[in-house]
Amino acid sequence: MDAEVAGAPAKSGREFEIELELLIDAIYHSYHYDFRGYAPASLRRRLRAALVSLECRSLSQLQDKLLRDPAVFAALLDFLTVQVSDMFRDPGYFRALRRQVVPLLRTYPSLKVWVAGCSTGEEAYSLAILLREEGLLANTLIYATDINPRSLFKAASGVYDAGRVAGFTTNHHGSGAHSSLSDYYSAAYGRAVFDKSLKDHIVFSDHSLATDSVFAEVQLVSCRNVLIYFSRALQDRALGLFDDALCSGGFLGIGSKESLRFSSYADAFADFVRDEKIFRKRTAA
Amino acid sequence: MIAPAVLGDRVDAVVIGASAGGVAALSMLLPALPLNSRASIFIVLHLPRNKPSVLADIFSPKCVLPVREAEDKESVACGTVYFAPSDYHLLLDQGPQLALSADDPVHHSRPSIDVLFESAAEVYRDRLLGIILTGANEDGAAGLAAVHDSGGITVVQRPETAPSPQMALSALKLRPVDLVLSLDRIAALLGTLGATGVPFQ
Repeated sequence: MDAEVAGAPAKSGREFEIELELLIDAIYHSYHYDFRGYAPASLRRRLRAALVSLECRSLSQLQDKLLRDPAVFAALLDFLTVQVSDMFRDPGYFRALRRQVVPLLRTYPSLKVWVAGCSTGEEAYSLAILLREEGLLANTLIYATDINPRSLFKAASGVYDAGRVAGFTTNHHGSGAHSSLSDYYSAAYGRAVFDKSLKDHIVFSDHSLATDSVFAEVQLVSCRNVLIYFSRALQDRALGLFDDALCSGGFLGIGSKESLRFSSYADAFADFVRDEKIFRKRTAA
Repeated sequence: MIAPAVLGDRVDAVVIGASAGGVAALSMLLPALPLNSRASIFIVLHLPRNKPSVLADIFSPKCVLPVREAEDKESVACGTVYFAPSDYHLLLDQGPQLALSADDPVHHSRPSIDVLFESAAEVYRDRLLGIILTGANEDGAAGLAAVHDSGGITVVQRPETAPSPQMALSALKLRPVDLVLSLDRIAALLGTLGATGVPFQ
């Protein structure tokens, strides 16, 4: 049974596709979350995992349940959105921000940074720590946005399992850090609680790259491993928001396997640190 | 089973999964792929994370077919070998098109063989050949089962010839497998891609 749900939909491939489309529409109409522009392959896989966990035999059954019970939708949202990220994931990215982007960020009297699709907050805290180390955090506000309220709640708490901290520390070190990660959290009862002094500079809020618009002018957007889950059309919408939000000469960081190549905004940005996928918004002609 | 088998145009794609000992195994298999193969080849090889994958560079000179690291939303080209990049899952999507994901590891693995095989089975159905090679964990067993359940051809390296037999043994436990072969026989089978003759099954 499990093998059939998790594995091949031998007889039900076509049915699954139809049910998937109906489910995504139902979610849009009843909860106003728009997954219609998500890349299908990962969506299918995440939904199969949700079926097993939520003990539903089909997507139709899941749809029936979630239309009647918002708690079921909240649980499904965790499957559809949450990525576990690490602090300072891809240390080379943060090293490049530190060495090549920070010197230019210093020229602004105050900074606004947007972490789009922040999930449970690891990247937002990483940037806050980096900017603290570089002496910029005092004049910085970080907007960390996501569509999942449960993720945002966890992110705002700044509490992570102590078992993950060793990996965070290794990554932090690789980012060219000149302080110790332990300066920024206190450990208790198997958890690491990150400092209020970091949280004071981060605003966690609900924002959808699929349906919402721009809310501030920022100097840096960091949006990594979010665009790969989007179709090209939705990628374009998100990149349009980033283009709108960034000041002229502002910076955009995306995931190591993401690209602007196929986007209609490709010309709006120039490579800045090519190997780390950091781009700079071109100044208007 | 059925031998000698000629793949010819029986499949549009081949998925290969390997872990410990996989580089040596692939070094025997990939040079056997013939120039006239129209099938696309997708490979997950478990490697340490946080290191850029150099697999495409290693295998390119050994193959007559083009060898590339898979890119997100790239259209699949015929007769091309794609490696999953380090620390990302590789999936197939309708089109066929490649897709990457940074979702949780499966069987402690990212890229995961199950993720590749299951998504490829949905896209290619019975026009798929799945091959499980040497490896020391269970990743790939559920994936090969998915290939079997969609009517694809399944091949497992003979466990006693694998440096790490656990992956092959796990796959053999889950479903009946069409062919259990040593590496040189798998190489010979791949050599019949695009060949004319009595087609497989």
